[in-house]
Amino acid sequence: MVEFTLPANSKITEGKTFKATGGGNIKSFRVYRWDPDSGETPRIDTFEVDLDKCGPMVLDALIKIKNEIDPTLTFRRSCREGVCGSCSFNIDGTNTLACTKAIDEIKGDVKVYPLPHMPVIKDLVPDLNVPYAQYRSIEPWLQADTQAPTTERLQSPEERDKLDGLWECILCFCCQTSCPSYWWNGDRYLGPAVLLQAYRWIADSRDEATGKRLDDLDDPYRLFRCHTIMNCTNTCPKGLNPGRAIAEIKKALVQRR
Amino acid sequence: MEFRSQLGRVRGLGASHEGAHHFWVQRVTGVALVPLLLWFVFAATSMVGADLETFKTWVGTHYNPVLLILLILAMFHHAQLGLQVIIEDYVHSEAIKITSLILTKFAVVLIGVCAIFAVIRMTFGS
Ligand code: SF4
Ligand code: SF4
Ligand code: FES
Repeated sequence: MVEFTLPANSKITEGKTFKATGGGNIKSFRVYRWDPDSGETPRIDTFEVDLDKCGPMVLDALIKIKNEIDPTLTFRRSCREGVCGSCSFNIDGTNTLACTKAIDEIKGDVKVYPLPHMPVIKDLVPDLNVPYAQYRSIEPWLQADTQAPTTERLQSPEERDKLDGLWECILCFCCQTSCPSYWWNGDRYLGPAVLLQAYRWIADSRDEATGKRLDDLDDPYRLFRCHTIMNCTNTCPKGLNPGRAIAEIKKALVQRR
Repeated sequence: MEFRSQLGRVRGLGASHEGAHHFWVQRVTGVALVPLLLWFVFAATSMVGADLETFKTWVGTHYNPVLLILLILAMFHHAQLGLQVIIEDYVHSEAIKITSLILTKFAVVLIGVCAIFAVIRMTFGS
């Protein structure tokens, strides 16, 4: 929603600075902090980290900060190799995965904020309940009426190829929260991540519910809020193209008219 | 206080099954505008400096009134569809949204019909 007055907790103050002791190869990490129990507005804390004693990725630095400097720093992470989709933040102005973003790619201070335009639960943890419900609403499972075979449901290599660039999505929501249309109308627009997933099932040769899936997307808000701004495709840390998947859904809707 | 589940909220009133139509007509009018606008800009620039009588005669000549009316129809329909998208994007109060959608539609039809009427009048004289 476009708002011209700032909502609560939008003013960010300068927080604490944790100086590195003992020198070394120092890099500053400027991290968004907000504690719902403190009653204070959000702040940016600065952590100086000796890169000679730290792994190469932004997530390594965040874990080091949590382990050695401030254990109250709160963020999600799990696999630390770009497959679980937990550690998505806005890093250096772009949504990406902290575990695959190398620190030495970033000039100057490393700024780490939560994913944009989502309610914050604490520090770097956004509330993702709405996008999860949106994901569920597209019924992300195989639907077929033909009686299930006793073995696998077969696909030709060509049919299987159609899923490439779709199945790799890890639902990190980097694209979802980078999309201006999702910022303004996220209550009704499904967003690039969910639409890419919807297309993953539309493109699946084994699925028999294509028409119903398209019916459910044929809506000015659910699908057609996408104006091909392409932030989603630019930001996807897995190199996927949600913008193209959305265009394919629109094409299918026009084709069946 | 709301206890409605997120899924219920997201499903809302369901899909309206109208988005594809709007999208398609926007593309079709957009494509139609390319040759029409090229023709009009070319014709208009060739008349720079001409007096009103020359212009009026041009409007009424050959296929010119037909193309002009087509241009007006495509342009105003396209404009209305575009304005609708902008309003739906940025206006979030239901009441203001519906009012502005209806008002822009009225305004576009009014200006469009006036323009078509002007072409007809110039063609057949007043
Ligand atoms: S498309 Fe890319 S950015 Fe979007 S959720 Fe999937 S992996 Fe993340
Ligand atoms: S292409 Fe569509 S989904 Fe992607 S950022 Fe743009 S508006 Fe959002
Ligand atoms: S920790 Fe799993 S994607 Fe980064």
